[in-house]
Amino acid sequence: MNPRRNMRRKAASAAVSTFCFLCALIVLLPLALILFHLVRLGASSVDWNFLTHLPRPVGETGGGMANAIVGTFVLVALAVLIGVPVGVLGGVYLSEFGSPRLNWAVRFTSDILNGTPSIVWGIVVYGLVVVPMKGASAFAGGLALGLIMIPLVIRATEQMLAQVPNHCREAALALGIPKWKSVLHIVLKTARKGIITGVLLACARVAGETAPLLFTASGNQFWSHSLSEPIASLPRQIYTYAISPYDDWNRQAWAGALVLVLFTLVFSALIRVLARGSNNPAAK
Amino acid sequence: MMNAAAVQSNLRLAPPSRAGDNAFKLLTWCMAMMVFVMALLLGWELFRGSELSLKRFGWGFLIQSDWNPGNGQFGALPFIFGTLVSSALGLMIALPLSLAAAIYLSEMAPGWVRRPAEYLIEMLAAIPSVILGLWGMYVMAPWLGAHPYPLLQKAFGYLPVFGGRIYGPCILSAAVIVAIMIVPIITSMSREVFRAVPDSRREAALALGATRWEVTRLAVLKGSMRGIFGAAMLGLGRALGETMAVIMVVGGSTVISPSLFAPGCTLASGIANEFTEAVDDMYRSALFELGLALLLVTIVTNILAHLFIGAVSAPKHDGQA
Repeated sequence: MNPRRNMRRKAASAAVSTFCFLCALIVLLPLALILFHLVRLGASSVDWNFLTHLPRPVGETGGGMANAIVGTFVLVALAVLIGVPVGVLGGVYLSEFGSPRLNWAVRFTSDILNGTPSIVWGIVVYGLVVVPMKGASAFAGGLALGLIMIPLVIRATEQMLAQVPNHCREAALALGIPKWKSVLHIVLKTARKGIITGVLLACARVAGETAPLLFTASGNQFWSHSLSEPIASLPRQIYTYAISPYDDWNRQAWAGALVLVLFTLVFSALIRVLARGSNNPAAK
Repeated sequence: MMNAAAVQSNLRLAPPSRAGDNAFKLLTWCMAMMVFVMALLLGWELFRGSELSLKRFGWGFLIQSDWNPGNGQFGALPFIFGTLVSSALGLMIALPLSLAAAIYLSEMAPGWVRRPAEYLIEMLAAIPSVILGLWGMYVMAPWLGAHPYPLLQKAFGYLPVFGGRIYGPCILSAAVIVAIMIVPIITSMSREVFRAVPDSRREAALALGATRWEVTRLAVLKGSMRGIFGAAMLGLGRALGETMAVIMVVGGSTVISPSLFAPGCTLASGIANEFTEAVDDMYRSALFELGLALLLVTIVTNILAHLFIGAVSAPKHDGQA
């Protein structure tokens, strides 16, 4: 072959490789910039006070986001209560009982629901719960997050159950164990680790959601004492503080954002450790 | 031949009760049916909510450009326009970058680069959108407005899309933030697509003396077009519905402007922005109709994505493979 042409091919290949490498760097650049600015603008404001105090009224400096941090945990817990039973049992149906056609329909619908913008869930839950209850509540917010979780958990559960070898099911049936017991005690138990990973991933995803909470959980500058009161949440508080005209609130928005990012990152690191060896494609 | 019934009668055992099984099956069936219930609720609630506005404006709502809550005029065009422009631009920025990054990660990077890089991309995907919005609002948009935008205007200012006054928070900034959000999705989806290409094809190309890039182009990219299109659609679906990051950098103006440097609005950000202000029924109803329009658009893109990726396929059963 013509040596000059070969040179050109090699040069083209090297050029494309360099280009792709640079693109990979550009893709990661925003991550580095975001983390850098979060630490630069937020780190100095995150202290014990910030984590343990209620927000102060406008004009007074100081105060914290304790109620928002607790509120986020409450909302995610509510979402888990709603989303996990439905999601896991629905996934069990797909993997253990369903017919191919019905399964296809369920999977397809879950994927479409997964792609539904979370703000849409926000206004739907507003119409379904907030209007009849005449007010925003922690319950409505938890429901919105739970509904977002259901399709995620269904898909994750089904995937994990599919990895349980069939001979486990057959062995249980051969011992005369009723199917429902074999599913609960053997199949689900074998896939436990993977399902927990899937649920935690779904938690991490909904914990950072703001849009569905805007009109459902609303916000609260104080502790909320019942699930039928509006409740503060970290993402929502960050948003309110970020768009406010007060410098002190803007400063706290960065601090809150740093806390939220640390939560999410530590959480996903934990998930990865947990997922090791569970064959979870979501954590590869 | 001994069938199960014969064995049972020989052993004089009562047949095991099926009640538990049936009840359990019914319970799980109900839970699986929840997804259909949710889909129906979603559609029904949005239709119910937007009834007033549907009756008053019909589908002409979608092409009316006048949005004026003060005198009861509602037209969705500014929102639809902003959504389409920012998502399409976002996709145009994100797609080439993510494809090149995916090619690098799957075909060129050594193992010790690949693993951490993939982890970092996952981290970017895990950053909550409100934080991207915060960063976009205070860092990215002001910087874009101060440096790259004036340069763009200097170079292409004769085009109306780059004309007019420059604002930091504008449609173009929304497109950039949307691009940052969907890059991780498209990158990891296309990585999956490339990974599905059997190694034997790469080896065949290598054996013919192809260079690294030729292997990628001939053996990998050529058969992956469907998958790449699907990944792009998945990203587009996310871009269309992105709310928090966009709301903080898009500027929030409901006037359509030809310039990308002018503030605008999107369906999702418009709903989030105005919902709490909407005190009268008509206003609220119009916002529900925006939600309905948003839902329909994302359903269409998601269906396209699934047609091309085939993600609806069943996970492979271990025992049956």
